[in-house]
Amino acid sequence: MSSQCSLCRIALENVSVTRGGQTLLTDVNMHIHCGQLTVIIGQNGAGKTTLVRALLGEFTHGGAIRHVDSDGREVPRLRTGYVPQHLAFDKEMPVTVEDFLAANFTRRPVWTGVSRRTREKVVEALRAVDGEALLKRPLGRCSGGELQRVLLALAIHPTPDLLVLDEPVSGVDQNGLKMFLDTVARLKAQHHMAILLVSHDLSLVQKYADHVALLDKSVLIQGTPDTVYHSPEFQRIFGVGARNLQSTRIHGADRWTPRVTSDAADGEVPEA
Amino acid sequence: MNVIYAIIDFLLPFEAFEWTFMKNALLAILLLTPLLALLGTMAVNQQMAFFSDALGHSALTGIGLGVVLGVSSDLLAMLVFGVVWALLICRIKQTGATSTDTVISVFSSTSVAAGLLILSRGGGFAKYSSLLVGDVLAVTAQDLLWLLVALIAGIILWAVMYNRLLMASISPSLARTRGVRVQLVECAFVVLVAVAVMLSIKWVGVMLINALLILPAAAARNVARSSRQHALISVIIALVCGFAGLVSSYAWDTTVGAAIVLWAAGCYFISLGLRRFIR
Repeated sequence: MSSQCSLCRIALENVSVTRGGQTLLTDVNMHIHCGQLTVIIGQNGAGKTTLVRALLGEFTHGGAIRHVDSDGREVPRLRTGYVPQHLAFDKEMPVTVEDFLAANFTRRPVWTGVSRRTREKVVEALRAVDGEALLKRPLGRCSGGELQRVLLALAIHPTPDLLVLDEPVSGVDQNGLKMFLDTVARLKAQHHMAILLVSHDLSLVQKYADHVALLDKSVLIQGTPDTVYHSPEFQRIFGVGARNLQSTRIHGADRWTPRVTSDAADGEVPEA
Repeated sequence: MNVIYAIIDFLLPFEAFEWTFMKNALLAILLLTPLLALLGTMAVNQQMAFFSDALGHSALTGIGLGVVLGVSSDLLAMLVFGVVWALLICRIKQTGATSTDTVISVFSSTSVAAGLLILSRGGGFAKYSSLLVGDVLAVTAQDLLWLLVALIAGIILWAVMYNRLLMASISPSLARTRGVRVQLVECAFVVLVAVAVMLSIKWVGVMLINALLILPAAAARNVARSSRQHALISVIIALVCGFAGLVSSYAWDTTVGAAIVLWAAGCYFISLGLRRFIR
């Protein structure tokens, strides 16, 4: 399927963001292809979130973000689905997962109840992310991983051209994250949408990503995970060239504790 | 009107409701409390209790300014000032520059002081003191008609904005990516609350109006799991407490507003106790 429209993409051309006199991003050039999982990595303050907000239209930006179809024609509209890193809402609010999704799917006020048709739509949306059991659960009682899946169900309805995922730094365990990424991989195959993931977990990126871009105000290097992970740029930013990345979560390079294995013996010396 | 009176006579064959003013008061309560209780669910979710309290107090300034500017209708003066005030606070809240509760407190005390200053000039505040506690027993058939119009209009507006407001209250940025004009919806809600509060002040009073907005919704929130339960329980609590308050104030010869609020407060404490078992 991906071979049919390998050119279908969201193209970022010289994208730059300046806010309050500070340059947050400069000359970002990259393609986010349909049917692929593109992952952005980088340290804190590298501009990952800024890039997401520019894509979502929340930040004004220089350069161009173009949506191009498989025939190379420009599509005027770019529909984005967005899964935020976390949801800072009042956990005591009496709102069920059903209320939350129905409020997004219909104009009928959810305090008057949810119609059968809307409920079917909500259940279907939850089924796509293995979350049917969450239907009647108050939103504030969902675990980090469950909430992530509810947000994913919302983000893919209606089906977006570009799905933007801001991976949670905390509150979701490794298992929950794997489950989330497996669901994303399935969606990628089913709906053939372009997916952009901002990741804080280098080891999982290697497993799931089709394309990786290392960001530090601009794209330092991009390509397959292997290419990027073995590049001098990667080594400079994360201080390691080892392929087997044992570290789980990074919150910036200060917490980076890699286990350098024999794979690193191919001439690359990890920096202290 | 006579038909409605006859229905009340039939349903409530008690001495208290033989009086027309009691019938009118009952109808006023049945019209006032549900809208406030519905709006309250979101005011509580949005953590706006303090804001709406200050909003009620600003009614004094509205009337004061009305007197100075020679506006003949107290209600009109209150409404206009209330809406302007609400939009101002909404704006400050959205810029997020300063601590919102401090700003609200500053505005609230300023507006109360300004209102008192103007209204007490020449020692004439006594004639406005009824505003502080309100008097639902003074409601007329004509007022009831207006309250009915306000209730219907309020509920329609509330229904139109609810889903978008719910999305905005869970996550403004997420709502924005889904095409919700967050600032507009939030301000529309604040204006609706301001109008509902100003319309009710004459009957409930500046001191207690916020309790009718917040208490039923706060009590319902302790036991509700979903939006529907929240709205339903809040309205039921408001209606039951409104009725109980009216009857008990007649029996004990006290002011009605205070009795209603105390019943609602009772509901809140009970719901607080039930919370562990229900939710």
